[in-house]
Amino acid sequence: MTFFLQVVINAISIGSLYALAALGIGLLFGVMRLINFAHASYITIGAYTIIVPSTAALATLYIGNWHWALMTAAVCAIVIVLAVCTEFIVFRPLRHADPATLLVGSFALSFSLYYLLLLIHGGRPKAVDIGRGLIEHIAIGGLTIPRIDVVTIGITVTLLVALGLFLKKTRYGIEMRAASEDFRMARLLGVRANRVISIAFAISGLLAAAVSLLYLSRVGVLFPRMGIPLVIIAFVATVIGGMGSLFGAALGGFFVGAVSVVLQTILPLGLRAHRDAIVYILVIAILLWRPEGLIQVRAVKERV
Amino acid sequence: MLAVSDLEVRYGRMAAVRGIKLDVGAGEIVCMVGPNGAGKSTTMLTIAGELTPHAGTIRFEDKPLTGTSVENVVRRGISLVPEGRRIFGRLTVEENLRLATFIRKNAREAASDLERIMEQFPILQERRHAPAGRLSGGEQQILAIARTLLTKPKLMLVDEPALGLAPMMVQLVHEILTELRSEGMTLLVVEQSLERALALADRIYVLRDGQVQLTGPTDELRDGEQIEAAYFGFQMQGAAP
Repeated sequence: MTFFLQVVINAISIGSLYALAALGIGLLFGVMRLINFAHASYITIGAYTIIVPSTAALATLYIGNWHWALMTAAVCAIVIVLAVCTEFIVFRPLRHADPATLLVGSFALSFSLYYLLLLIHGGRPKAVDIGRGLIEHIAIGGLTIPRIDVVTIGITVTLLVALGLFLKKTRYGIEMRAASEDFRMARLLGVRANRVISIAFAISGLLAAAVSLLYLSRVGVLFPRMGIPLVIIAFVATVIGGMGSLFGAALGGFFVGAVSVVLQTILPLGLRAHRDAIVYILVIAILLWRPEGLIQVRAVKERV
Repeated sequence: MLAVSDLEVRYGRMAAVRGIKLDVGAGEIVCMVGPNGAGKSTTMLTIAGELTPHAGTIRFEDKPLTGTSVENVVRRGISLVPEGRRIFGRLTVEENLRLATFIRKNAREAASDLERIMEQFPILQERRHAPAGRLSGGEQQILAIARTLLTKPKLMLVDEPALGLAPMMVQLVHEILTELRSEGMTLLVVEQSLERALALADRIYVLRDGQVQLTGPTDELRDGEQIEAAYFGFQMQGAAP
């Protein structure tokens, strides 16, 4: 029983990370029909901000040495600024382009940022020592769980609730939801396109920063492609969750995370190496069963 | 109040509107009527700022409107009820209405206007927290009109309000529009049906092939054969006996 609960907590924790990444992608897809591959760059660069830029093999912490609250605020601020700038420089000129062009734009941005990072930091993985306290295990009842799992779940729940309240209760939240349904109509009612899109990018940046810090605390190593596997899983999560539904994106993230962890636990040792293949077979099965994803965004049908 | 002159709008090489001149005075209901493809909706969308004219000018309250972005046209006091209503189906009825109040400077006044609208249209009050997509077509049309009213427009553009509605709802929507006019609202309405336009408007513009074929006060046009000729595009005197 104890073992089972520990697996569950681990599954929710990994799922949380994927859910946060998926939300960042789902949000921009909803508002702009943009599949932002550069989200991986936001996550990677967010993690790299804590060290002093250099190509040296050993990392020197700078922001990473600050008090954790200050460090978190700084990383979030940097990634938010980065996300908003990329919108301004790359996606704003492509505003009226079709989704395929936007996707290519996001690839181009992603590669540019990747090579910029290589130029500044070099390509070697760098160990960093942050959040050491988070790796420790804590005992709750008979359970021994890593503190990072508790923190990840707590932060994810907080961000999910905050995002939900923002979208439901605030002016910009309502504008964003309206824009993701019918952008042109929203503009006819006075919704400012530039502002809504900038805010969406800022939130996407904030979510990416959260993923950066949580993921880095977990793995303890910086490497230039660190965001990519997370974002690929996040894409899968948004697709099986149902493109266009934020709730679906989060759910998809939890689902993929949970399935990976459970498979890791129950598969015989010899098969564990093939875990991801099995995860993706399940994903294909789900899409065959529900091609629209778990949460289907109903088109508003005309009723007479 | 609104003065459109020599308006030309093109989609690529095709001219949808070819030199339209149109005026709307304060407190009038003016109808644009004409068959499909006459350029009615294009004219409407151009006034609303959705389309950029190729030539010609649009003036509103004696100031130029041409080149104003969509987001700012509504702030100038021109608000569109679009064809097909285009309510936000996943937002609740209340959120649809609140969205329209965000451009208002006086938030308190906007909030009390919202409550007044709810009283005025009890069906919206009843379904206040339901997703707007669940409303019937007629209810959605009422929501679309109410939403436009909450932007506090001086001029309302209404594109084919009767499209796809049951006859009883058409009647109701027309009553609402007429009542708005009697409260001092100015309306420019697109209608495809000549009969409905004659019943609603003070003045009529008959459009065909992107041009104004005929215009005049409804009372003068109602009994003449001229208007049908303009609408259908044939010469009465040339018609076979």
